[in-house]
Amino acid sequence: MIKIEKLHKSYPIGKDSLHVLKGIDLHIKEGEFVSIMGSSGSGKSTLLNIVGLLDLHDEGTYYLNGQLIKDMNEKKAALLRNKFLGFVFQSFNLISYKTALENVALPLYYKGMSRKERLEVALDYLEKVGLKDWANHLPNELSGGQKQRVAIARALVTKPKVVLADEPTGALDSTTTDSVMDLLKDINDEGMTVFVITHEEEVADQTKRIVRLKDGLIISDELTKASKAV
Amino acid sequence: MFDLDRWREIFQSISKNKLRSLLSGFTVAFAILLFTLLFGIGNGLQNTFKNEFAKDAMNSIYVWSNFTTKAYKGNQIGRRIQFKNDDFEFIKENFGNKIQTISPRIQRSTEVVYKDEKGSYSMRGVYPDYQVLESAEIIEGRFINFRDIQEKSKVVVIGRMLEKDLFGQLSAFRKQIKIGGIIYKIIGVFSDPGGDSDERYIYTPFTTMQRLYGNNDYVDEFGITYNPSLSIDEAIVFGNQLKRSLQKKHDVSPNDQRAIGLNNYASDNKEVSGMMVGLGILIFIIGFGTLIAGVVGISNIMVYIVKERTKELGIRKAVGATPKVIVAMIMQEAIFITAISGYLGLLLGVGILELVGPSLKKYFILDPGVSTPVVVGATITLIIAGMIAGYLPAKRAANIKPVVALSAD
Repeated sequence: MIKIEKLHKSYPIGKDSLHVLKGIDLHIKEGEFVSIMGSSGSGKSTLLNIVGLLDLHDEGTYYLNGQLIKDMNEKKAALLRNKFLGFVFQSFNLISYKTALENVALPLYYKGMSRKERLEVALDYLEKVGLKDWANHLPNELSGGQKQRVAIARALVTKPKVVLADEPTGALDSTTTDSVMDLLKDINDEGMTVFVITHEEEVADQTKRIVRLKDGLIISDELTKASKAV
Repeated sequence: MFDLDRWREIFQSISKNKLRSLLSGFTVAFAILLFTLLFGIGNGLQNTFKNEFAKDAMNSIYVWSNFTTKAYKGNQIGRRIQFKNDDFEFIKENFGNKIQTISPRIQRSTEVVYKDEKGSYSMRGVYPDYQVLESAEIIEGRFINFRDIQEKSKVVVIGRMLEKDLFGQLSAFRKQIKIGGIIYKIIGVFSDPGGDSDERYIYTPFTTMQRLYGNNDYVDEFGITYNPSLSIDEAIVFGNQLKRSLQKKHDVSPNDQRAIGLNNYASDNKEVSGMMVGLGILIFIIGFGTLIAGVVGISNIMVYIVKERTKELGIRKAVGATPKVIVAMIMQEAIFITAISGYLGLLLGVGILELVGPSLKKYFILDPGVSTPVVVGATITLIIAGMIAGYLPAKRAANIKPVVALSAD
């Protein structure tokens, strides 16, 4: 599903440039539940942004669903994101003036689905994350955990191949963290590839594979107990 | 092209961000309002000028004769110069191509009687062309025609006010009237933009008047309108040539300013049209300046709006919006707000002008107003400005990498 070889990425900082990713090789198959661990500055967010087509890499190759990602422009990237990828962010990134339902329905709007249809689909997904009764509430009327579940529903609504979660539990307490992780596990059990970035061991332990990054390089890549349990 | 879903997105964005929408709408509405008011008042000033000088034909020249004030070619000072019918022919022959209309004139003050009503009024013997000189308009019947001239008919055309004085509410048309002891038939009634005094004149065929008052070939003065294709400067030259040639014909010294008098409206026009041009430029600068201010205002607001929405745009891009869709959304919103508020500003401006217009007359502002094309043009200008002002930042925002946009506050 995701195949990365010798990936490099630098950010210009004034006259110098900061070499963030220094040659990453990573292969994630369909249906995997992978977490990327690392301290801040290890390059994990950069990796997710590149995988999520939110940012471009400098060197190396990246295949998404067998398609070589090269010479991306914003339009192509937008279409691929809409087709293959769902995002969950640490800060939720819901549109504040839209209700939970409308936020979930937004990706379908850009897919060109009719209003009636997409609101129905969105409501199904809100039900799936247990927020059907909150459909017509604005984000600021929801708790952190609820917002993240809305965001997950939004990530799922286009039936993506991969769900990318950047510190999805970073802004949540431990109880809601568990409920969000349970939700991600359910999604993975349904066969979706889930790619989580975190710096919390408890979160990583609930995934099936942990990739540890340090200073822009992979230092370990191992399966977890959770995966062996299955 | 009508996409209900897209409009729904835009209406939601407008109604959920009221302050933002109000601010940008207010800027545009205010710019158009100011533009309408200033332009309207400017037009009102221009109308006053036009009205003030449109009482007679703008291209009139009047020539009359008087006593000489200088001795010349053996003639004594104080000789009376008298225009005669041959001067009429002389002018027509020599300056025909520069003349639009020409009429000789004799004017006498005389007593006018109708039944028990009477009063003293001025009677003018003229040619049909004279109607053009006075900008007189017939409201009933007709003006003097060439047949009246030939037949020396005892007919008159009277002014509206004279009709009111002597006939009250009744129509004077076709009635008999006694002027200086002679019975005339009223063949027409006219109105004259020159005002009440101009509307108390009596016009009769020049030939009739010449025969009844003196039975000679004397002419008091000539009224001429010059060919409208002459420029103002050419018309002034023409006036001077005319005066010079009449001086020559009557053996008057070229330095004698009084013996032959000439009043050329072109000289006044020169000043007035200079003033009109100045006023026009002033109005244009004011209007243009207001528009520029509006354009700058809307540009600033668009930049601010796009900046404020950077994160939202990042989210939209993360869930699959292409840059084109983002740009289209922002522009459609901008155009919609600009058009609606521009229209409101226009309505408000026109309404205010309508309301206060009549009371501005004492400040030399007559019928202030703006022509629809001007205002529509101004609104379109603002819409285009809003588009350009919205397009550049929207385009930039749409092409920011989503990761950057998402991290914006």
